[in-house]
Amino acid sequence: MMSANPQSAIRNPQLAVTRRALFQRTGMGIGSIALSCLLGEDASAASPSSSLQPHFPPRAKNVIFLHMVGAPSQLELFDHKPTLAQYDGQPCPKHLIEGQRFAFLRGHPSLLGPRFKFAKHGNSGLELSELLPHLASVADEIAVVKTLHTEQINHGPAQLMFHTGFGRFGRPSLGSWASYGLGSENRDLPAYVVMITGKVAGAGSALWGSGFLPSVHQGVEFRSQGDPVLFLSNPAGVTPADRRRLLDGIQSLNQQQLTDVGDPEIATRISQYEMAYRMQSSVPELMDISAEPAETRELYGAKPGQASFANNCLLARRLVERGVRFVQLFHADWDTHSNIDTGLPARTKEVDQPMAALVQDLKQRGLLDETLVVWGGEFGRTPMLQGTDADDNPAARPGRDHHKDAFCVWLAGGGVKGGTTVGQTDDLGYTIVEDPVHINDFHATLLHLLGLDHERLTFKFQGRQYRLTDVAGKVVTKLLA
Amino acid sequence: MSMRVLLLFGLCCLAAVRGLGAAEPKEKPAQLPPAADRTVDFVRDIQPIFAERCNHCHGEDEQEGYLRLDAKAVVMKGGKSGPLLVSGKSADSLLVHRLAGLGTEKRMPLEDEPLSGEQIGLIRAWIDQGAKWPDGVGSRATSVKLHWAYVAPVSPPLPAVGNAAWCAGPIDRFILARLDREQIVPAPAADRERLLRRVSFDLIGLPPSLAEVDAFLADESPDAYERQVDRLLASPRYGERWTTPWLDAARYADSNGYQRDGHRTIWPYRDYIIRALNADLPFDRFTIDQIAGDLVPEATLEQKIATGFHRCTTVNVEAGTDEEENRTNQVIDRVNVTGTVWLGTTFECCQCHNHKYDPFTQRDYYQLYAFFNNTPKETYQRTKGSAALDFGGPEEKLPIDKGTEHRRTQITERHKQIAADLELCLEDEATGLAAWERELSDPAKAEAAKLPENIRRILAIEPDKRRPNQKTVLRTHFIGQHPQASKMQQDMEELQKQIDALAPAATLVMSESESRMTAILKRGNFLDPGEEVGPGTPRLLPSMSAEGAVDRLDLARWLVDAANPLTARVQVNRAWGQFFGRGIVASEEDFGTQSEPPTHPELLDWLAVELPGGGWSLKRIHRRIVESSTYRQSSKVRSDLASKDPNNLLLARGPRSRLSAEAIRDNALALSGRLSSKMHGPPVHPPQPDGIWRVTGAVDNTYRTSQGEDSHRRGVYTVWRRSAPYPSFVSFDAPNRSACVVKRPQSNTPLQALTLLNDPVYVDLAAGLADRLLEETLTRSVSEGAAAADLDAHLTHAFRTVLSRRPGEAELSSLRAIFTDAQHRYRSDPKAARQLAKGRTLPANVDPAQWAAWFNLAHVLLNLDETITKN
Repeated sequence: MMSANPQSAIRNPQLAVTRRALFQRTGMGIGSIALSCLLGEDASAASPSSSLQPHFPPRAKNVIFLHMVGAPSQLELFDHKPTLAQYDGQPCPKHLIEGQRFAFLRGHPSLLGPRFKFAKHGNSGLELSELLPHLASVADEIAVVKTLHTEQINHGPAQLMFHTGFGRFGRPSLGSWASYGLGSENRDLPAYVVMITGKVAGAGSALWGSGFLPSVHQGVEFRSQGDPVLFLSNPAGVTPADRRRLLDGIQSLNQQQLTDVGDPEIATRISQYEMAYRMQSSVPELMDISAEPAETRELYGAKPGQASFANNCLLARRLVERGVRFVQLFHADWDTHSNIDTGLPARTKEVDQPMAALVQDLKQRGLLDETLVVWGGEFGRTPMLQGTDADDNPAARPGRDHHKDAFCVWLAGGGVKGGTTVGQTDDLGYTIVEDPVHINDFHATLLHLLGLDHERLTFKFQGRQYRLTDVAGKVVTKLLA
Repeated sequence: MSMRVLLLFGLCCLAAVRGLGAAEPKEKPAQLPPAADRTVDFVRDIQPIFAERCNHCHGEDEQEGYLRLDAKAVVMKGGKSGPLLVSGKSADSLLVHRLAGLGTEKRMPLEDEPLSGEQIGLIRAWIDQGAKWPDGVGSRATSVKLHWAYVAPVSPPLPAVGNAAWCAGPIDRFILARLDREQIVPAPAADRERLLRRVSFDLIGLPPSLAEVDAFLADESPDAYERQVDRLLASPRYGERWTTPWLDAARYADSNGYQRDGHRTIWPYRDYIIRALNADLPFDRFTIDQIAGDLVPEATLEQKIATGFHRCTTVNVEAGTDEEENRTNQVIDRVNVTGTVWLGTTFECCQCHNHKYDPFTQRDYYQLYAFFNNTPKETYQRTKGSAALDFGGPEEKLPIDKGTEHRRTQITERHKQIAADLELCLEDEATGLAAWERELSDPAKAEAAKLPENIRRILAIEPDKRRPNQKTVLRTHFIGQHPQASKMQQDMEELQKQIDALAPAATLVMSESESRMTAILKRGNFLDPGEEVGPGTPRLLPSMSAEGAVDRLDLARWLVDAANPLTARVQVNRAWGQFFGRGIVASEEDFGTQSEPPTHPELLDWLAVELPGGGWSLKRIHRRIVESSTYRQSSKVRSDLASKDPNNLLLARGPRSRLSAEAIRDNALALSGRLSSKMHGPPVHPPQPDGIWRVTGAVDNTYRTSQGEDSHRRGVYTVWRRSAPYPSFVSFDAPNRSACVVKRPQSNTPLQALTLLNDPVYVDLAAGLADRLLEETLTRSVSEGAAAADLDAHLTHAFRTVLSRRPGEAELSSLRAIFTDAQHRYRSDPKAARQLAKGRTLPANVDPAQWAAWFNLAHVLLNLDETITKN
């Protein structure tokens, strides 16, 4: 592609430092190719962040993180509470609400029994809701954490907490930390890809932002409509051959500038233009799910050309297959304040089949061992009833308020012990009685599975070594296979 | 790294308020051992305890917490946490509390065996007996060593240098003295073309025109460069360019952030910054206006608008949000941002506990908090007690002219008149709402009216039992099917739009309208207030000169007080970073004990004294910098310094860095000839792909693309929506403006290439540049038979237009190949040329093939690394 780096004169073999450390030493996000030039690596081989060594042997190489935006009800899906059913309609015990803050509940609410049935599945006997028949078919692959808890009771801040470990703006997201810690294994695709079904979550692009990390680690949105990556298509009237000619022209002048000025940033620019060119074919190829066998598409319920969670799940598999480090999927509209009976089944119908298919598909391809699949929302929902109809009738359209003190996520693959549950809540599903897992613990565990020590994955900013897990976080060993 | 330091790293946290549900293990409440029942002698009984157990951290070598227990004067004064002893009252003395592990702070000695009860008893007795410490015993030190940044800068003498002739001013003396020490010779000066382009981008964020380049090249006067600097500093474009980094720091945006991310009006604040920077408003005034303009006696409208700085804070108006939590978060943000922007200090560690490295305590933090704790909340409940919130807070209306006001009054009158007519229509005995309802009581007529289900349900309810919203629904339905009434309704809506459009803009400001008590929030938790505190500045920084009750205005004045060691240093460092790509202190956001050591400490201090000394003029500092020989060096990377100074810390060459997101677009706009010079006003919405604005919640996500001139305004006027900022800016490292950023990262990614190659905005600008070059070329004389020479001249002209400099021989040859290849391609395939030119108006007498070749050339030029680089 490009000729040997004329900057060999400034290569310095003494700079035997890791690239992470060098990022820090220079204190800025200069292109990593520039660094690889400095380090004597071949610039042409490096993408924005080529692969870095983890702290210890990883269990997972890649992550697919499925975020159900708005917070799904754990009490209808994963945390079966027969006792809650018995007390359906009864006023909730007073001590549960004393001194507690809620987003919407006021006064003395009643309890709302589970609205859907549960059954045991797989050899492990994992209890799952009737709303998740497909997920039930892979019950032995998944581990359910029943005792995640967070610090925020409103969507925007809780979403930030879920992704950045902090309830306000400014911190890097989990995917950015993974990209920073591990780099990318694909020269033609970004390390961190985001796909969204429905509206964008309240906290917006900060959820895949890189915060104070170099901006090369921010997530790149792959879109369902228009160009899959912004500005991927050539302008009207420009053929691929025209584009190649144009690039050759640009590169010939950039090359002369590099020779004249000697700034390794120019070498980076040259290789990034080449990567952009490769993306113009690799991304459409990637996004074209019609290339998948019909039975695979049917497994997911994916239909070419549609904007759907099913398509995104199938694309997620195609992405990790190509070495994309972190795939973040968002699926909107899980905020069931008043419509559990209709809203929740509508959502699970959209996600159940594709997410189960994802686990199954990864497994049959031998990718599940190295891919961590995570599913969850920014918080859970109260055992207390919320929601009234237009005539103030409380039971007509039952729903649940936000609940931060206990909720569920499931994980599969990548070093996770399938068919297990971690933690236990009380009989009403309100408080944790065993094995609490704070968001920091959850993040520590995810990083651990990627071979990263959450206490050592740091970035110095504002005179301090920052971590995803701030000053807390314990790896949840019960989850590990 | 020692174990202790490691632990400290772990402890330095921020705001991590644990969930209420998660119980924290509590230590058993500590007991205070009784005081020893005998006369205590300091030298015999106390000094050995200090020496053995305390002084290794609080002594000659280390002075943790800004305390040393080997020096009488310091012990009597206390450290960072305040006075150590209350003579005669050991039970009230901090020293005893810390040793016994009482209170919220960790027991001393930290991470070590506690003192015995007997030892503590001796210390108690010593204090109770008057804390006698004989003079001359121990260290004579009267204060602890403060980190350099907390000691006021003193202008250092100019160092001697080998080659004084190289130095254009004091800056160069400091730079050269250091280079001399390293035996490095500075780089030769940059050529004039590159230099003018560099200084233009640095001062006004735009490239020089070819005419300006030519004029500079032809100017033989000795102060030719200085006169260019004069011109640039006087340009209104200067304020626009320097506003962007300030807005990053101010986290300025046109939306609220978080869920819904609603739109807000605060652009007059942005305009204030542009005007202030253009007018070179002294930085002390600039500070006071923004922090406390509302409190300045007889504050002008401009000063009130300036307080928009701290109204740029995000707010979550998501339904169900705790309003007090929201407000607390905003005050916290204001304290933290003030710390970062003015003091280069990371205060946020102290939200929860004393700072582990820097001399700031949790009490210091909440004393600063108290200054910001008296503004009204900025959310309100949509209806009393409802969970639904709307954005609010104090605003300042901008004046409107008399004509507009008159028109608005007239339209309002008409609106009122129609509203009255509508009421009459609804109340009409024969054809009004009541009559209609009576008619519908006939089941046959009701059937024929084909009423919607909800209307039928409402009609079934006794009229006086209907809820207000049911009445409204009914009324709306009635109006909709009543020809006259619905016409009136439409007219009113139309008039209302006109009234709204003529409304004076109101911009967000601060106002001191509440008087709240401030308490230290335990672990930063707003639900767990502790001891009350009043407003005050950090103990180990110079105290405020104001006495008595102090407010935000006093804080603002303190920030720019001559004794403040940080403000001027932080500002000049940030300015330096803008020119050289990195500050003299590389950690531009933090000057604390963990900051990067300055590469040129004397220079930093010299500049920091120069800023207030020169009347706080920023332009004066900028001039000093760009007129230095240091700045004017060639930026070519020096292979001879590859191992000695690969990152150019010593500045043995000129600066070279990629342009900012805004400057990249502004540059392309300028080169295409399409840049609008219109200043100020509401944010503009340049073209962006569909579907970027689609955040959840009840909010208007419609992106109304600006038309005409407004689609070609400078980037500083582009609307900033926090959940989804302008996409091509995001690709080039612009922040989302939800949090304070004083230094943008610089990445180099394929998305940047895709943006410049394919974003319709940039494609369109390449077309504009092609049109311009073609027109300029066609008006030049083209002599028959000299076509080849002419082509070279045209290509040289094109290259110079974009990069200010002439192409080298090899570059010209590349340009020739690029151009003739494209010419050949499009001449042999006119259809392809037509496709490329489709929808564009080509210059007169230009055929599509010719245009396509020029377009291709323009597209190449706009994508060059050098085009988006200041070098």
